[in-house]
Amino acid sequence: MRVALFVTCVNDLLYPGTGQATVRLLERLGVSVDFPAAQSCCGQPQFNTGYRHETEPLVRRMAAAFEGYDHVVTPSGSCAAMVRDNYPRIGARAQGEGRGGELARAGASLAARTYELTEFLVDVLGVTDVGAYFPHPVTYHPSCHGLRMLGLGDRPRRLLEAVEGLELRELPGADECCGFGGTFAVKNPDVSAAMGRDKTGNALSTGAGLLCGADNSCLMHLDGILRRTAAPMRTVHLAEVLASTREHPYAVPEAATGADTAAAAHIATESAGKIR
Amino acid sequence: MSTTYLGLPTFPQAAASATKDTQLRANLRHATHTIRAKRAAAVAELADWAELRAAGAAVKDHTLRHLDHYLLRLEAAVSAAGGTVHWAADADEANAIVTRLVQETGESEVIKVKSMATQEIGLNEALAEAGIRAYETDLAELIVQLADDRPSHILVPAIHKNRSQIRDTFRDRMAQWGRPAPEGLSDTPGDLAEAARLHLREKFLRAKVAVSGANFMVAETGTMVVLESEGNGRMCLTLPETLITVAGIEKVVPTWQDLEIFLQTLPRSSTAERMNPYTTTFTGTTDGDGPRTFHLVLLDNGRTDTLADEVGRQALRCIRCSACLNVCPVYERAGGHAYNSAYPGPIGAILTPQLRGTGTPLDASLPYASSLCGACYEVCPVAIDIPEVLVSLRERVVEGGEVTRAGVRTTIRPAKGHAAERAAMRAGRWALDHPAAWGATQRLATRTRRLHPRRLPGKAAGAWTGSRELPELPARSFREWWRQREEQAGGTAGRGPGAKDGQQ
Ligand code: SF4
Repeated sequence: MRVALFVTCVNDLLYPGTGQATVRLLERLGVSVDFPAAQSCCGQPQFNTGYRHETEPLVRRMAAAFEGYDHVVTPSGSCAAMVRDNYPRIGARAQGEGRGGELARAGASLAARTYELTEFLVDVLGVTDVGAYFPHPVTYHPSCHGLRMLGLGDRPRRLLEAVEGLELRELPGADECCGFGGTFAVKNPDVSAAMGRDKTGNALSTGAGLLCGADNSCLMHLDGILRRTAAPMRTVHLAEVLASTREHPYAVPEAATGADTAAAAHIATESAGKIR
Repeated sequence: MSTTYLGLPTFPQAAASATKDTQLRANLRHATHTIRAKRAAAVAELADWAELRAAGAAVKDHTLRHLDHYLLRLEAAVSAAGGTVHWAADADEANAIVTRLVQETGESEVIKVKSMATQEIGLNEALAEAGIRAYETDLAELIVQLADDRPSHILVPAIHKNRSQIRDTFRDRMAQWGRPAPEGLSDTPGDLAEAARLHLREKFLRAKVAVSGANFMVAETGTMVVLESEGNGRMCLTLPETLITVAGIEKVVPTWQDLEIFLQTLPRSSTAERMNPYTTTFTGTTDGDGPRTFHLVLLDNGRTDTLADEVGRQALRCIRCSACLNVCPVYERAGGHAYNSAYPGPIGAILTPQLRGTGTPLDASLPYASSLCGACYEVCPVAIDIPEVLVSLRERVVEGGEVTRAGVRTTIRPAKGHAAERAAMRAGRWALDHPAAWGATQRLATRTRRLHPRRLPGKAAGAWTGSRELPELPARSFREWWRQREEQAGGTAGRGPGAKDGQQ
């Protein structure tokens, strides 16, 4: 089984820890994983902002970079959804515009082999207990792409529930969007921030100190709000939780103390006032 | 749509003020969350919901593909039943036709059934210019009209108001439009409804002309179908002498059997009811029963142009249930007015820029009024992939390209104000397509990270840092970590699967 890590451009530059955790986790489970250096970005920001033609070279690059691998694993729901939902679409549009079927074939081939991390663990490897140890209360934000486009369902929850020591706290309004939305976050900053504050407010109300997710772009937005408002919570990628063991435990940031629920509700209101 | 919207604020501008209106946010949050939960329960009752949804989409797609055929069939059936069919290419034509029809009756007042199509064309304003007063009879439309406000929701136009605001409107404004509100009016729903009932009853009994829309038009028999909750529609459709129905051409369905699907999906999606309280069907005219004259105005107003767009045409399946508004996190925070169109929310964000075009800053901003979270697509009873259409309209905005306007294929230029973004996207794509450059950019970024300010200047950067911290840049990228790890292990990583197996 030839497995490649598609780390995603956001993780590569901003969250290398998530990529490293994914590698550690997969190797611990006996999977030898490769990182093809020719990969860069799946083109999601370009495509979702309307630059379909700018996306096409990136589709080609991605397809070439992962040629020959049986499984391409990515710790990002939205990038997995980009490849799986939109690559075939981009190929079909190019074909419809009379530019041949090459792009469609390349995209379809990669789409069929691309897995979001929790899918790969549960569906391909057939594990839910990955032998992790994480003795902290955590609340989980499922993210729209994982929830609605990929249909990850209860995979993340099953993985989290099998983690030794972890206490999973129910996130109110879990299925609501966090407000990141790629360029939406800067094109509609006020609505985006309002959505984000509602999400962090709900997360804080659980009293947990860590908000876990499977998509660092959403977490970047939420963590940015939590830090701006000096809230006692930080975000953590699911891969880091699953990679954590007794021997090599995850280092919880000092600020992620959590709060009791009454104080948390107060903080949520306070923090809303602090943001202009 | 004919009106010029050049001076209106863009969506982000209008939404910015809405997010600061705490009363509005609270009203909208309460209303949308309540109906959201009820809809989910009503839909969950049907074991065959997925099939109904697929069937609804298929019937609409089939009808749209043969729209000319079914419209002619409808016209023949309506005429045979004693009605008269008028064809309106745009809003101005439709308004002129309705104005003339009212004038021919000699009346200067009409009562109205809640209708999206007449709002889209600005019929009330057009009638007012001709000295004809149009009275809205739907409770929420009445509230909006009395308050001199604009609707903010397809189904619940006064969703942005709470009951004490409504009480104040009734108390202060009803007298100017007819029967005043009762003395000492309270803000209980029962009292408010009674005040509206007394106020409207006078108008129903007096009016000689009514204007309605139609939820569906059945081609095989020429039958109009109106669904409503209050019974005011039924009054308008039965009491007056002349009835004028204005409906978009996409409202036609071939047969009664097709209608059966939508009578199941529409009420559950919109009001979370198994069946709506009033379903009125009427076919032409009948001696001694109901209106003696019936006119049907078939409205195009950009619909045929929309039909020409392969991705965008699915917006014409819409049955205006408003489920997509109720689940939309952006609508919930921005409110309906920010969309500046008869059609707010997700459906408005894909319909308005197709009907009106993307020529104004407002209309060009609408396809971006979404985080693409997909909640709208999930609930839509006719499976309109709203995120897909949004992205395709964004392409039209930033890249321009071929569109159909007024039946003519034309090439439009990219919308103004995207030049810097386009350049950045190109540069970014170039760097991402050349890993050496991408690696160098990363190294530069990570090594200079201590120098980066916490709040960035510039419009896009400021939009981020206004409410959020920037992520802290790590000391080295993943790529660098991997390279160093492989070097230590003496491996040859990253040259493809073949390299590892020694085949290359
Ligand atoms: S787009 Fe779909 S969900 Fe929205 S109003 Fe139309 S039919 Fe209803």
